[in-house]
Amino acid sequence: MPAGLVFNIQRFSLHDGPGLRSTVFMKGCPLSCAWCHNPESQSPRQEFIRMMQHCMRCERCSEEELASAVVTGRTKEDVELCPTGALQTVGEMREPEELVKTLLSDRIFFDESGGGVTFSGGEPLMQAAFVIECLRLLRQEGVHTALDTSGFAKWQDLRDAAAHTSLVLFDLKLMDEARHKAATGVSNQLILQNLQALTTIHDNIWIRVPVIPEMNDDAANLDATAAFLQSLPGIRHVDLLPYHPTGEAKFARVGMDYALHGTVPPSATRLETLASHFRARGLTTNIGGHA
Amino acid sequence: MTVRTARMTARAERLRRDSLDAVPSISSERARITTEFYREHLGRHSTPVLRALNFLQICERKILWMGAEELIVGERGPQPKAVPTYPELTCHSVDDLRILDSRPKTSYKVDEAVIAEYERDIIPYWRGRSLRDQMFLELPQEWHDTYAAGCFTEFMEQRAPGHTVADGKLYRKGMLDFKADIAAVEAALDFEKDPEALDKREEVRAMSIACDAVIRFAERHAELAEAEAARVSDDSRKRELLKIRDVCRWVPAHAPRDFHEALQAYWFAHLAVITELNGWDAFSPGHLDQHLWPFYQKGLADGTLTRESATELLECFFLKFNNHTSPPKVGVTAAESGTYTDFANINLAGLLRDGSDGSNELTHVLLDIIDDMHLLQPSSNMQVSRKTPDVVLKHALKVIRNGYGFPSLFNADAVVEEQLRQGKTPEDAREGGCSGCVEVGAFGKEAYILTGYFNLMKMLELALHDGYDVGTGKYIGARTGDPSTFTTYDDLFAAFTAQVHHVLNIKVRGNQLIERLYATRMPHTFLSVITDDCIARGKDYNAGGARYNNTFIQAVGIGSITDSLSALKDVIFDKADLPLSRFVEILDADFNGNEQLRQRLVNKTPKYGNDDDRADALMTATFRMLFTAIDGRPNGKGGAYRLEMLPTTCHVYFGEVCLASADGRREGQPVSEGISPVQGADRHGPTAVLKSAAKMDHIKTGGTLLNMKFTPSLLAGDAGIDNLHSLVRSYFKLDGHHMQFNVVTAGKLSEAKAKPAEYRDLIVRVAGYSDYFCDLSEALQDEIIRRTEHTEF
Repeated sequence: MPAGLVFNIQRFSLHDGPGLRSTVFMKGCPLSCAWCHNPESQSPRQEFIRMMQHCMRCERCSEEELASAVVTGRTKEDVELCPTGALQTVGEMREPEELVKTLLSDRIFFDESGGGVTFSGGEPLMQAAFVIECLRLLRQEGVHTALDTSGFAKWQDLRDAAAHTSLVLFDLKLMDEARHKAATGVSNQLILQNLQALTTIHDNIWIRVPVIPEMNDDAANLDATAAFLQSLPGIRHVDLLPYHPTGEAKFARVGMDYALHGTVPPSATRLETLASHFRARGLTTNIGGHA
Repeated sequence: MTVRTARMTARAERLRRDSLDAVPSISSERARITTEFYREHLGRHSTPVLRALNFLQICERKILWMGAEELIVGERGPQPKAVPTYPELTCHSVDDLRILDSRPKTSYKVDEAVIAEYERDIIPYWRGRSLRDQMFLELPQEWHDTYAAGCFTEFMEQRAPGHTVADGKLYRKGMLDFKADIAAVEAALDFEKDPEALDKREEVRAMSIACDAVIRFAERHAELAEAEAARVSDDSRKRELLKIRDVCRWVPAHAPRDFHEALQAYWFAHLAVITELNGWDAFSPGHLDQHLWPFYQKGLADGTLTRESATELLECFFLKFNNHTSPPKVGVTAAESGTYTDFANINLAGLLRDGSDGSNELTHVLLDIIDDMHLLQPSSNMQVSRKTPDVVLKHALKVIRNGYGFPSLFNADAVVEEQLRQGKTPEDAREGGCSGCVEVGAFGKEAYILTGYFNLMKMLELALHDGYDVGTGKYIGARTGDPSTFTTYDDLFAAFTAQVHHVLNIKVRGNQLIERLYATRMPHTFLSVITDDCIARGKDYNAGGARYNNTFIQAVGIGSITDSLSALKDVIFDKADLPLSRFVEILDADFNGNEQLRQRLVNKTPKYGNDDDRADALMTATFRMLFTAIDGRPNGKGGAYRLEMLPTTCHVYFGEVCLASADGRREGQPVSEGISPVQGADRHGPTAVLKSAAKMDHIKTGGTLLNMKFTPSLLAGDAGIDNLHSLVRSYFKLDGHHMQFNVVTAGKLSEAKAKPAEYRDLIVRVAGYSDYFCDLSEALQDEIIRRTEHTEF
């Protein structure tokens, strides 16, 4: 059975689909978006980070190491020995059965609220076999499943995952291929094809559009996005996710540069204006994601 | 039906301001009347009759208060928040009074004249005679030693057994009806064959006098209202005063006929209960929405009442509770619960006696009032059954979201099941509910007495010191052996268990004595009138006259004890990283020089509150041990001891008397409260906390208390209410007993930023997701604090 590299499980997750959910964050992503909320999810390998606000300077780590934002040369044993828990691993290998058993501990909350489990990331379909197996097992247990994907995946993987998924949360970032490539590091052709194909086999897809100032929030892009969505059968639901600088501190921790430093989140009025592009085309549009 | 019609009425707004502005003070009036009465009458009557006549004297002589614009009348003291004293129970010293007058928090104004009167008349008479003095004289040394060490507290050393609640009979019967019942019982006494007949006669005669006392008290209010009516020039106030006169002439002598009379009838009964004795948790109206419902419907139908006029009367009624500041305590229990609230608690919704849904339109009316007035008193709670409509629970959640902590939520189905386990009938259990903080009882039919908090962490400390208490420098526990002889975790747990049993036995022996003192010397004659089956049995409430009699012990620190046991198991026994004797030395030295070890204990051992069976199994084992040790022991009233899991604020006091502990807690720091995890020990969010907490068998308790913290934004909008609703329903499906939500404000967030270790469990909504506040960058924390300020009310 395939194991998967999971970097976080968030219980009582309220914004990744209906009801009370547990969200499984898979590690590894083929994209490298500048606004990423979870830059520690990008690398498909286990990493080490140090949460300096918890560090007690116990001298297990040298001053030189502590001065560096990035953790190098540390092992799992060091993590175990760190008294405060400041030194942490990002990413643990999990087996599907064992992970699903853990997730089912919140089943009563899923049942009561109409919630369930969402796989997010990273890009969950980078570890498709594992994710599909987890989705299958959860579905077998009668749990509502959601897949939060960038759409940048092999069609067969998306298709097979969708077969065990109650709801697909599909990210659309930029319609122009060159701009998409510049912003995320990959072309959007596969993503657009996949979404088109997905609408023919799945009837519960919510589109999620991050609103990143001066990246994709221009009228041309949003209008093109809305027009594309309008052309697809069965797409009714769009969430606009406003930029938030929450990832900035995390970028430094995993030794990456944050290109959006100083970017100001869009105002509520601005978001309403942007939403009108979608609403004008008959799409139900929420701001701030589904709660 | 849920559409609100008006905000607080103008009258209520003014009365509310008066109530908030009133300064708590000590009145010597009751002490004076009681002292004069005892000087004259002690020895002339049987104890019950003496007590009832003393109560009658107070009702005859006390100064009455009738505030401008009031519709519901009657104060326990000569003016709002003037608190009487009960020197026959516990007599304040001059020092006590001066401390009360001057202490920075929860102070009571004490005039020099009061102090002089105490010095001259009250103290000389009661010193050595008060029940507390008698009690302390008779309690054995072992009790004094364990009490002084902070092993437990004793509620009844300062205040009478109380903790009880009215049922529906107050709305169906007047005092004259009760007197008729009493006369029938007295007439049927068999002085030839029943050896207790003479005692019973004294008991029921005393109850009859108590009825007279309340009727007289009401009549004096009628007279005052009539005099006031003659004095005022404003016609509408004149009409109100004449209505008050008519109401007070009818109730509580007779059963109430309308909404106004129903409220006033309850209020006179309330005052009677808290004037005769200073019982814990004052008194409470029980299922107020259910009891008032027939009067409300009738008033709407015959045109004598509207939703607005009912609201105004209820607002006036609520303010009466707020005027009744708790009688102040002294000594150890001041640290235990320094608050002005006297814990009167109103039950909403729940079940009817026949098992059907008990919510009605008045439930919504009352929720609106709670939302508008946000008074310290009365507390309120909703009894949430499977049958409670979602719209009713969601209304309560919207009120909770506004951040005043009211109402708390109880699982009505679990509350019934808990009582069935104790042998009550389904009907009596359904008419019961919760009072005080979370305590379960059959309203109007049960004496459910809290006898004191029990310090779990101290028991482990004793187990680690062979029964020696470092704080008081004495061997007070069982001699369970040098901890270096414990070779397994089971050895340690056995020593812990032995300490629990040893100290519990001391406590119970002491409590039997205390209950006996109350039974024989301090009957509660009026409370006996309105508590089934005291009249029929010819027996006082304090002597086992009630239909059901339970005595509760409140275990404190289940989170801390679980984490401590877990740390000891992990570090000392499973990993054998250092010898237990060395570990105990480190704890005794408050981790001085061992911060790394302390951090490891805080961060790297399994903790309760994370749905982690490694820790939670230790919690359930401890709970089962406590249950076995306590539940079913016979008390002095024909009932049994029961276990509760609630702290009020005693977790602070218990922490103060404990050394550093194995969970990494430093010496003197608070232990965990209720059944909540140790502050910051839960790292997996609210669902994990609820799962852990629900592993305890709540049905076997008389109440558990669980606090949760949220920010307003997490609960924003309909979705926020839906999420909270799902959490509550899920926890109650798991048989959870109680939960309450603290909606955390920007001020709290600032504090959390400054002291992250204490707020590690605080979850905030960030952007499209939620996170632990303390894990956010400083800039983001600041941003959320600012944002929270904007969304506050």
